[in-house]
Amino acid sequence: MGLFDLFKKKKKDEKMRKYELGMKKTRQGLMGKLKAILSGYESINEDLFDDLTDAFIMADIGVETTLDFIDALKEDERVKGINSVSELQPIIVDKMFELYLKGEIVNNNLNIQKEGLSVFLFVGVNGVGKTTTIAKIAYRLKKEGKRVLLAAGDTFRAGAVDQLEIWAQKVGVDIVIKKGATDPSSVIFEALQKAKKEHYDVLLCDTAGRLQNKVNLMKELEKMNRVIAREVENAPHETLLIIDATTGQNGLSQAEAFMEVTNITGVILTKLDGTSKGGIVLAIRDKYNLPIKMIGLGEKMEDLEYFDLEDYIGGLFIGDEEE
Amino acid sequence: MPFESLSEKIQFSLRKLTGRGKVNEKDIEDAMREIRVSLLEADVNYKIVKEFINEVKVLALGEKVMKSLTPGDQVVKIVYDELVKLMGDEAVPLNLKKAGMSVVLVVGLQGSGKTTHVGKLANYLRKNNKLKPLMIAADIYRPAAINQLVTIGKQLDIAVFQMGILTKPQTIVKKGLEYAKDNGYNLVLIDTAGRLAIDEALMQELVEIKEIARPDEILLTVDAMTGQDAVNVAQTFHEKLNITGCLLTKLDSDTRGGAALSIRYMTKIPIKFTGLGEKMDEIDVFHPDRMAKRILGMGDVLTFIEKAQETFDEEQAMKMAKKMQAGRFTYNDFLDQIKKIKKMGSLKGLLALIPGIGSQIKNLNIDEKRFVYIEAIIGSMTKEERNNPDLINKSHSRKSRIANGSGRSYQEINALTKQFEEMRTQMKALMNMDEEQMEKISKGQASMPNMPAPKVKKGKGKNKGGFRF
Repeated sequence: MGLFDLFKKKKKDEKMRKYELGMKKTRQGLMGKLKAILSGYESINEDLFDDLTDAFIMADIGVETTLDFIDALKEDERVKGINSVSELQPIIVDKMFELYLKGEIVNNNLNIQKEGLSVFLFVGVNGVGKTTTIAKIAYRLKKEGKRVLLAAGDTFRAGAVDQLEIWAQKVGVDIVIKKGATDPSSVIFEALQKAKKEHYDVLLCDTAGRLQNKVNLMKELEKMNRVIAREVENAPHETLLIIDATTGQNGLSQAEAFMEVTNITGVILTKLDGTSKGGIVLAIRDKYNLPIKMIGLGEKMEDLEYFDLEDYIGGLFIGDEEE
Repeated sequence: MPFESLSEKIQFSLRKLTGRGKVNEKDIEDAMREIRVSLLEADVNYKIVKEFINEVKVLALGEKVMKSLTPGDQVVKIVYDELVKLMGDEAVPLNLKKAGMSVVLVVGLQGSGKTTHVGKLANYLRKNNKLKPLMIAADIYRPAAINQLVTIGKQLDIAVFQMGILTKPQTIVKKGLEYAKDNGYNLVLIDTAGRLAIDEALMQELVEIKEIARPDEILLTVDAMTGQDAVNVAQTFHEKLNITGCLLTKLDSDTRGGAALSIRYMTKIPIKFTGLGEKMDEIDVFHPDRMAKRILGMGDVLTFIEKAQETFDEEQAMKMAKKMQAGRFTYNDFLDQIKKIKKMGSLKGLLALIPGIGSQIKNLNIDEKRFVYIEAIIGSMTKEERNNPDLINKSHSRKSRIANGSGRSYQEINALTKQFEEMRTQMKALMNMDEEQMEKISKGQASMPNMPAPKVKKGKGKNKGGFRF
């Protein structure tokens, strides 16, 4: 029994429903596509593979990753002697899992220390949803009984500090703000001192959005990272790269550049409630081995879920038969 | 080589054809395959890529190319022409009223840069169209979105109309427009909340705002880094609102920006403006032909010249040239130049516009802070020293004093004075050159006086010589 069959039997829980709401369009789009492609062919041929390539490309799963994937699929077809189109579908899904898992058990839990302070740093380009994601994580951790402190480290964008401050009030967590500060490292430093002194469990550090090709801004981020590492042992315990689901191939460049200046531990994929598939995270995993930790599915503070590969690929390719 | 720009990729695939004499059908096929992958990696929609390749291929296989002595150049020209065609032949201006109040509605997905670009656009139109702008803050959903616009308004000294977050956006817009009419504003820009194109309720809100505001222009902001979904997003917004133009933001990233091509081609919505940074003056009119040249690595000379013209007036430039020629260039002049260059935008952004440099500076780290240090150093010089650079050159005590005053190291002062001297010599040489010599330099056949010849990168094809047509 392939993983594909497991899906049909899987009982849908709350989380799955949320995915469905969020990714309904996605699923209709791609599953419809995949099914339409496969049902359009009586035998496996080059045109079928071309169509599959297009479907992958359309989901923003990187070009290189897609081409490798299709090559591997062709190889499978040859080696295993598959000759009917219906046999191909479960193999595609299984290979998608393989592409992400690579034979590993991928841990997507947030690395919270059993004792002492955990520091998380959030990075990414402009407009991907860093501040909102921090609010969502603060909300989740608070619900789990953690004492959470926020550091308003986006000292650049107009209104960014206010935005996080409003979220802090809504969620009911403390925040460190340094009015008029221009050096984000100094804000982070202050927050670190407060978090240590007053025994917070988790410190979430917001940073300004920065394009990965801006050298000075990347250096600034490097410095923030250094300050955290100096003040708290083994910190930052998570450095999370926020990627917008609408992002295309540039996501790869983002991952590479941010990995150069910080120790990225995982990706958070935001805005997955839209029509975009965010397939670039599969390429990011494929090329840079970065796991996807969480996904954002809306603008409310509850709209954040741990990444679930089965659900994600389910959202990408598998829908109910009757739909 | 995953991160080459589209221009580099296309250049590479076409370079194989350039200067090789006769080509056969297989050569063209190979080049097309590379262009295909390259365009896909640039996030051009896969459907468009197919059509584009088919069109280029038919043209490339034509007799003119096959029999030409310079088939490579011909193919390059075809690709360029098709790219221009794909993006619309010419720049499309904003729809603004000749007289009376114009209204611009700005819409888009979350995080695409609406608020920032409402500010940039207001600033741009105030300066270039001599309009009196009012910005309406109608994003009541994202926390602090209104504060953000208010802050930008303060920075630019442009009025912002807001009613807090408890009033419906439709009402805010209505009252805002009344306020604008009553107070003599002739340009109104409406900032709206980011929303998903599939969010029925919020899209309905925009439809209602549109009815109230009757905008002359509805601009959709699109992040230049958007992937394949760009077309869907633009199409959905277009269906509901009849978008009149696109504003392509974050084009200062290293994205290849294929979304621009896709949107224009699939929806016919013209791209009207591009956002090129976080500073309020980093916005430019979108020129399809220049963009095509840029994609092909031919540089965007016109934008560069326009930017330069904005900051340097001719008379000043002549005066400066004379000074350079006579070797009388002083620290004051230098400071002046730095300030002007800074006014034109980031140095790297500027350099990228120059033909032949674009692809070379990709990995070049330009520390823009160096300007600040230089300004500090010059600031610590006395009036006499600034006008007579020779005073500093041999005086240890003067250098020490400047180092102390500017907070920079003695070595840095030394380095600067040395650089300055070299620069003066170079300028003198450059200004006294004849036309023929100048021509050679601009063609890259000769090196600048007193400068090492440009290093030729060794490697597979990439950056190995250029092409032109």
